[in-house]
Amino acid sequence: MTRDEQLRISDISKSFGSTLVLDHVHASVERGEFITLLGPSGCGKTTLLRIIAGLERADEGTIVLDGADLLPLPANRRPLNMVFQNYALFPHLNVFDNVAFGLRIRRIAESEVMTRVRAVLDMIQLAPLAMRRTSQLSGGQKQRVALARALVNEPALLLLDEPMSALDAKLRAEVRVELRQLQRRLGKTFVLVTHDQDEAMTVSDRILVMNGGKIEQAGPPSEVYDHPSTRFVAEFLGAANLIDATRTENGVETCYGPLKLSRGPSWERGTLAIRPERIRVSAGEPAPNRLRLRARDVVYRGDHFDVFLEPGNLRMWCESSNALRAGDEVAIELPPEHLEVLRD
Amino acid sequence: MTESARDRSGSSLRSGAGVAGAIGWIAPGVLWLLLFLGIPSVLLLALAFATRGSYGEILWTPTFHNFKKLAGFGIFGWSSDYLWITARTLWIALATTLACIMVAYPIALFVAARQPRWRSFWLLVLMIPFCTNLVVRTYGWQLVFSLVGKSAIYPGPLAVYIGMISSNLSFAVLPIYTSVERIDWSIAEAARDLYGSRWTVFRHGILPQTIPGLAVAAIITFIPCLGMFVVPDLLGGGRYLLLGNLIQQQFGPSRDFPFGAALSLTLIIATLIALRLYRRPAEEAGL
Repeated sequence: MTRDEQLRISDISKSFGSTLVLDHVHASVERGEFITLLGPSGCGKTTLLRIIAGLERADEGTIVLDGADLLPLPANRRPLNMVFQNYALFPHLNVFDNVAFGLRIRRIAESEVMTRVRAVLDMIQLAPLAMRRTSQLSGGQKQRVALARALVNEPALLLLDEPMSALDAKLRAEVRVELRQLQRRLGKTFVLVTHDQDEAMTVSDRILVMNGGKIEQAGPPSEVYDHPSTRFVAEFLGAANLIDATRTENGVETCYGPLKLSRGPSWERGTLAIRPERIRVSAGEPAPNRLRLRARDVVYRGDHFDVFLEPGNLRMWCESSNALRAGDEVAIELPPEHLEVLRD
Repeated sequence: MTESARDRSGSSLRSGAGVAGAIGWIAPGVLWLLLFLGIPSVLLLALAFATRGSYGEILWTPTFHNFKKLAGFGIFGWSSDYLWITARTLWIALATTLACIMVAYPIALFVAARQPRWRSFWLLVLMIPFCTNLVVRTYGWQLVFSLVGKSAIYPGPLAVYIGMISSNLSFAVLPIYTSVERIDWSIAEAARDLYGSRWTVFRHGILPQTIPGLAVAAIITFIPCLGMFVVPDLLGGGRYLLLGNLIQQQFGPSRDFPFGAALSLTLIIATLIALRLYRRPAEEAGL
């Protein structure tokens, strides 16, 4: 597949007062990609989105959209639209007029406004509510109106600032899937900001994990999850056991003794990561990285058990308890292919 | 509610202690309203239909004379003077209200845009004039006008306008400021994002959110303006009469209490009509 780069973010920095919020950020987005900026609050993800939208000014750097320099344009002349966190619907306008707003401001003929707004309202199944006031809508409906109000303008890029954070958990899970399907159907480029790793994993083609104003790792969800490159990424996405290690001739030395790896580390002293679900209870046959530990705690979690092992406080998931109880000794394996060598 | 539940709640209200308690709770409020609103209103109403005796005393002979007089039918035939004064009062109250809002809005935006710790400072600056008596402040304007413009504006209508606006400005700023402070700026940003010019952003992203504050500002500016008499008296040079001055004259030099009561009644009714007209858009705005 040929790369079709639509958006290039180069060397963007931004400070608020003496706080550096974005620290020389580089990123690239392909046409039709669903990209997620994922990180904890204060990592700069929202600021980056607002800089793309034109609602915030970058201190340095450039952003190129479809070959044209984006930053010199004021927000109202950028060919992209945003879905705001609290939807930001116009309280004095009904659903139809909210959705028609952008078209009417651009003086599109009223007959075309009618057609396009109706089409978008049909698409998001809100046509029967067109004449409602926005205060009469549920959270999920407001969110769809906000989406429609942006999409009706056929933006080159759709920006979404934590669009699901105000919805309850069950609805959020449904909306996620809908959003993903919508993006697929339209083939548009979506840039989503979220702090919810589940959301990022569900909807994204690629995740940019941000921390401290930098992009820590970028890649498809499976890559970011299975092969985290830093301690932060390993711990922010899902659960991870972090193991301090020192390089030896044929592997590493850790507090669990020598361990074998599938590839040698580039550092002398560093960290390994392994997901709790990748740790196996040993079947008895000889295998690399076999350890005998004691189960300190077994916690029932519905679909699995969390087993905390000592010494060293390793966390492991088991499908069933296998009659494993707190205090039992258990033989486990840390498969070398799942022991990830971290950068830091 | 089931029968038994209604019975139970009913019996608790009907029991002697409950009723006595309820009366005890509302009595101070009722008494207050009766003493300072109910009785004076009834007196005013009665007085408006009473007759003035030849020496200014009140004769309780029912008559419509006072209202005929207000409508212009005097001893020397019909004159439009009082109607003109009424119209002028409504007009100046309206104009002052509009001007106050137009001046107060940018001030409120300015204060709301300051750092939080500076906001209270600016609000204090705005409130300082109100620690000074209205009469003193108006004399202050007299002094300023006589130093600056000579007779060009003072005494005269323009001086009255300036005095009215300045005396009501802070009342208009506060409610607008309260609204402006609570603006959801992401709606303004949404208007910007949807290709809005500066004017569109203000018109659709900011203004609708401040309608409640504007409505309160309008009403608390308009009503005191209707009854204003100190400002037109001191800055209008006696040539610019408003209803307030007319009323004051009846209870003062003219000693025509019944006519004064009729004028007051007219003013109160005008105020109630204004409040009623304001209710409808306010209800639509969800207030």
